[in-house]
Amino acid sequence: MEKNQTQLPITIIRPKKTFSLNDFREIWNYRELLYFFTWRDLKVRYKQTFIGAAWAILQPFITMVVFTVFFGKLAQMPSDGVPYPIFVYVGLLFWQFFSSALSETSNTLIANQSIITKVYFPRLILPLSAVLTKFVDFLIASFILIGLMFYYGYTPHLLGFLLIPILLIITFMASVGSGLCLASINVKYRDVRYALPFFIQILLFITPVIYPASIAGKYSWVLALNPMTGVIQSARAALLGTTPINWLLLFISFLVCLAILSIGIFYFKKVERYFADIL
Amino acid sequence: MKPIIQVKNVGKKYDIKHYQGKYVALRDVIMTILQSPFKFMYKKAKVITGRETKEEFWALKDISFDVMAGEVIGIIGRNGAGKSTLLKILTGITPPSSGEIRMYGHVASLLEVGTGFHPELTGRENMFLNGAILGMKKKDISEKFDQIVEFAGIEKFIDTPVKYYSSGMYVRLAFSVAAHMEPDILLVDEVLAVGDAEFQKKCLGKMEEVTRKQGRTILFVSHNMAAIQSLCKKCILIEKGKIKMIGNTDEIVNQYLNSNVIDNIKKKWPVEKRPGNDIVSLISTRLISHEGETLSYVYSNKEVGVEIVYEVKKSGYLPIPNIHIFTNKGDYAFISHADYNPDLDNLGIHKSVAWIPENILNNGTYIIGIAISTMMPLQVHLYEHEAIIFQVIEDINSVKKFDYNQRIPGILRPKLKWDLE
Repeated sequence: MEKNQTQLPITIIRPKKTFSLNDFREIWNYRELLYFFTWRDLKVRYKQTFIGAAWAILQPFITMVVFTVFFGKLAQMPSDGVPYPIFVYVGLLFWQFFSSALSETSNTLIANQSIITKVYFPRLILPLSAVLTKFVDFLIASFILIGLMFYYGYTPHLLGFLLIPILLIITFMASVGSGLCLASINVKYRDVRYALPFFIQILLFITPVIYPASIAGKYSWVLALNPMTGVIQSARAALLGTTPINWLLLFISFLVCLAILSIGIFYFKKVERYFADIL
Repeated sequence: MKPIIQVKNVGKKYDIKHYQGKYVALRDVIMTILQSPFKFMYKKAKVITGRETKEEFWALKDISFDVMAGEVIGIIGRNGAGKSTLLKILTGITPPSSGEIRMYGHVASLLEVGTGFHPELTGRENMFLNGAILGMKKKDISEKFDQIVEFAGIEKFIDTPVKYYSSGMYVRLAFSVAAHMEPDILLVDEVLAVGDAEFQKKCLGKMEEVTRKQGRTILFVSHNMAAIQSLCKKCILIEKGKIKMIGNTDEIVNQYLNSNVIDNIKKKWPVEKRPGNDIVSLISTRLISHEGETLSYVYSNKEVGVEIVYEVKKSGYLPIPNIHIFTNKGDYAFISHADYNPDLDNLGIHKSVAWIPENILNNGTYIIGIAISTMMPLQVHLYEHEAIIFQVIEDINSVKKFDYNQRIPGILRPKLKWDLE
């Protein structure tokens, strides 16, 4: 089995520079591993919990019911003229994708430290697979939304449907970007993860999930800096026709997310080389 | 022909803080900044301008060597010499701080068997997951599925979650996946130290078969001198982060063992480095004569004691000290453990001495591994693999070898009683 040496792939190991386009090609080469990590997380979770996949549906559904009772009925929260359950569910759907992806991503390096210290693979695979896992949950939970829309008699127009993938991309960028920053900080400072659930909870209240952005009046531009504001607003506009689609707001969200993602990748790549040493 | 692996001036520098495995709390950092912001900035500025250096040390320095295709090279050295760091750099797990490595071909590494195994997943599922982590393609794993399962010998349990596996089955499946990788270059750490003896043999056999038939290049880090000697023709000896010698395996192995003889007669661990757990920890070990003096070598016709001083910190486990004697080639000579005795469970410092009778050991180098374990249920609290390395020499005056002046072969050389008529 003699191989011509010039045809063999070559591996060059040097002191690590920060970041190059090769990193993306490498991730593509490792796509099967990305698939397996995602597959593992889904499989293990659905095996461990008694109700399995139903959890992905029940969790947002029950949250919606509770929010409807307390915020919709008791607090009489305005909902841009659509029934409160469907109003809050659209918000919750995107919010839960974002927040669960964020918390999962920031823990993924520590959760997989035994693998990181024993085998090489592009470390970015881990946060990516964490987000993909949560995306599957998002898809499952979407069925409730379809049911709700059917029940309340909403038919989204075509433009609305086309907008959804864009909104998902923005959510993806926001959660991966901030998740990467937190994951890197988490490796170095192990106390950060204890503060994270609290931080995410606070974030829920400065995002128009349970209330419409219009409630903030002339200060609503402050909310616009939060990228999830643009996403949730536009999702409601696209699916329920609450307000006309605010393209400017959406564009701002996109830019903010792009910045977050770039910072996230840059920071992650910068500290990546120490992971195996300090984990 | 060009070498398949070229390592040039590779070095690895560690921040002392990181190396000691201490991690920082963000809370503490913020507090330091808040309490004395100017002092903090002043210190930072000093580091940035280079007037004050961070505490660093080089775990590896100026490592250069070439490996030709088909060579099997052993890397040996003491714990902490840097051999594992070198392997981690070669595998890409951690980048070097200086230098360059070029490798031609598919590289696979095996620092542990069963990396990524998840207890909830079945044997089949773990095979695919572990294979993917080791860099195998899904297609390849599917093709070799039957072979892997057969090699591991767990056909019946392939769809059982691995949390129900015995540790033997677990290791067999894990190793079997690894053994079916087909890289051009394989980097292996001390993975053969696991599993039962029979399976270890099977693994070694598989590795030998692989290297002979397929001409694979292997770098092999191990403490098992027998494995090193049977697999590798060439060896690299690493000492204090540098290459001490490269050459013929027998020569290097002897050099390594002999250089260890001098300071391995008596070991005393500082409190924070004592091997063990929160139940038992090892304080010191040494060889003693009948009169109680520390021995640096042993006459084959004299009784010798292996003294083990240890502390029992939690009762209820009945820890029993045991010694494992190996030849310098790594073959097991024998094991001996203390008799059951309820006093062994008492808290505090214990001193046990295992007496090896005269006329049992052959002349040559022996390695003693010291373990302390609970027998029921079996739990190994500590196992110090190379606790004592010592030489047995013949007392020329007492042995009659007539004209035979070479070393008499054999792991042991007991003096038997002969009935003669």
